[in-house]
Amino acid sequence: MSEWKITKSERLIILSLLTLPLILLSLGIYHGLMQTLYRSGMISQTSFASIDYYQGLTLHGVINAILLTSFFAVAFGHACMSYYLKMRMNVVTGWISVVLMYVGTLFATITMLTGKASVLYTFYPPLKAHPIFYVGLALLIIGTWIASFGWLAMYLKWKKTHKDEYTPLAVLATLTNFIMWFVCTIPVAYEVLGMLLPWSLGYVERMNIPLARTLFWFFGHALVYFWLLPVYLMYYTMLPTLSGGKLYSENAGRLVFFLFLILSIPVGVHHQFGEPSITRGLKLVHSILTYGVAVPSFITAFTIAASMEYGAWSRGHRGKWLGWMTKLPYFNKERYLFAYLINGLILFIFGGLTGLVNASYSLNNMIHNTAWLPGHFHMTVAGPVFLGIIGMSIFLLEKIEGKDLRLKRIATIVPYLWTIGMLTFSTGLMWGGLRGEPRRTNLGISYLDPESPLFRPDWIFTTGITVLGGVVLFVAGCLIFLVLLDLVLVKSTKPSVLSFPPFEVLHQEKRMVILDRLTPWVVIMLFVVLMAYIPVFRDIQNLTGPGAKPYSPENPVPIELFEKRNNNE
Amino acid sequence: MDKYELRILAMTGLLLLLFLVSVLHAVNKYATDVPECIPFDESFTVPGIKQLDEGLYQVFINAQMWSFEPEEMYFPVGSEVDFYLSSKDVVHGFHIAEKGINMMAVPGGINKTTAKFTKPGVYNIVCHEYCGSGHQHMRGEIIVNYPNTKK
Repeated sequence: MSEWKITKSERLIILSLLTLPLILLSLGIYHGLMQTLYRSGMISQTSFASIDYYQGLTLHGVINAILLTSFFAVAFGHACMSYYLKMRMNVVTGWISVVLMYVGTLFATITMLTGKASVLYTFYPPLKAHPIFYVGLALLIIGTWIASFGWLAMYLKWKKTHKDEYTPLAVLATLTNFIMWFVCTIPVAYEVLGMLLPWSLGYVERMNIPLARTLFWFFGHALVYFWLLPVYLMYYTMLPTLSGGKLYSENAGRLVFFLFLILSIPVGVHHQFGEPSITRGLKLVHSILTYGVAVPSFITAFTIAASMEYGAWSRGHRGKWLGWMTKLPYFNKERYLFAYLINGLILFIFGGLTGLVNASYSLNNMIHNTAWLPGHFHMTVAGPVFLGIIGMSIFLLEKIEGKDLRLKRIATIVPYLWTIGMLTFSTGLMWGGLRGEPRRTNLGISYLDPESPLFRPDWIFTTGITVLGGVVLFVAGCLIFLVLLDLVLVKSTKPSVLSFPPFEVLHQEKRMVILDRLTPWVVIMLFVVLMAYIPVFRDIQNLTGPGAKPYSPENPVPIELFEKRNNNE
Repeated sequence: MDKYELRILAMTGLLLLLFLVSVLHAVNKYATDVPECIPFDESFTVPGIKQLDEGLYQVFINAQMWSFEPEEMYFPVGSEVDFYLSSKDVVHGFHIAEKGINMMAVPGGINKTTAKFTKPGVYNIVCHEYCGSGHQHMRGEIIVNYPNTKK
């Protein structure tokens, strides 16, 4: 493993980006367990420990799926750009982004903890959160942009002196991910700053809800790839060598990241199959495009499996079928990162296939907004994404702090425990979803309360399974904190460095210029996105009625902010 | 790209094509399309039930915090019902698990789907989108086999 020494300022940037979301994660994981208890009826209350069910669900979603993921993507991006280009980090943009993201997180967390933003992490209007919540989210997103501008500058500078050299795969992956992120966050930034903010302050009376939802989902599905691509980067550049093998094909990896760049965004309407204001034909188009975005994942499954099989062969395995799978370093504590990545992959097989169900046009009628949905996405975002983030965070913290992890054995066991918990939990949710259990619902005080006229005894079994899974996940979560706390206590003995498992390829392939240029792919992406979305926005313009006034989640009467503001003036 | 990579790509393509053909086949054969969207018009937002013909109904449902209006509906066995869904306030869900009816009630939009109730029974309508603190109590009911004197 080659090492790249980093300066104090660089170390502090990465450290501050990694630690804050991990601290907040304690709240996120606690509320995860609480969700399963409320939903199964074991807690039959509107709130517990002075935090309301929906408030807890908002904290769980925002912290785990928005804060943890975006902070990590930026921290890991800094590390990859600097390490693989062997260049100093752009500390000015780095620090500006840290400050913006910290302030944004502070704003969002305060409004959520004080119960002023119980609108869940999708913040669908006309439910209104405190304006500060929206400002916080916007600052967070802008912070990620600023960091990526710094990387683009680094890349262009590198390119000048390395004209005929392949851009390192990890750098290409980081850049494609953030270009995709930049494009998909423009509409949601407009939704937040241009629509939600003035409306929540009372400057605008009504807001076009189908438009807001479509702007959100323009971003919403690309968001899941933004979570996933840093982990794909690890699968391509690190997992092969961790398994003792080499990457089967580097060009396949490049193609995969470019395909994600093109297809991550123009698929958003598959979240809106059940909605008015978008015609059926367009829903079908987005369904087919979503099948298209499954292609790079299938390529990845093949390439990574081939790379690991090669690893098993180099370790002495001989045999035809799937026997190589038994010859991988599953419990090698010196390579704990392998355990995180392989478990993520296992979960993602199920996460990916259930995702295809969701994307399948009218098949979506069976599962939309039922418990199936969180069952599916916990095997993606709380599968490969979460495990990749935790494994790599521990790995990076070890290197930048110059420490040696002490609890390696526990750190290696955790991802297996997590996977068992997650498979149990998701089975319960998906099974329940197929029997009609709704998602995001405090079932404990209605459908799973034996005293209630709504009582559904047929849902006891499935929600019970989720509690079992939830408890295992919670234990695994506590072990993660134990490992991290112990790492804090270890004395630093070595210099601060960045270091990743070496990247080796099996076939030395020819450099294909087209797989080393960002511009043509960005142009194709913009074209496909516009083609897929212009007709959707036209539908919304033609088919939508009057806009909606803001509502507080507690009150069925609209908040008359606009009138109040106008009367005062 | 070597031959194995090309093979896996071809297999992926065929698999996805198979999925797509199956879905479209089901849409065609079992009439399981996604909801139909209709240009917004005030007249669809007035709650009520209309009988168009023997066994043919139109229902205009208004979702609001935290109930459906009408909340209970009675139809004879074999009825074909057009559901027109709108929302008075925030976003709600409209889910009848047994029938695979799954729609969103979005303010400013009119959603429509059709279902045929061939089996008698009570069909629960569940709101499956978070719509505020009373969300978990928001539900409705369709009772099929009423009046059971007919036929």
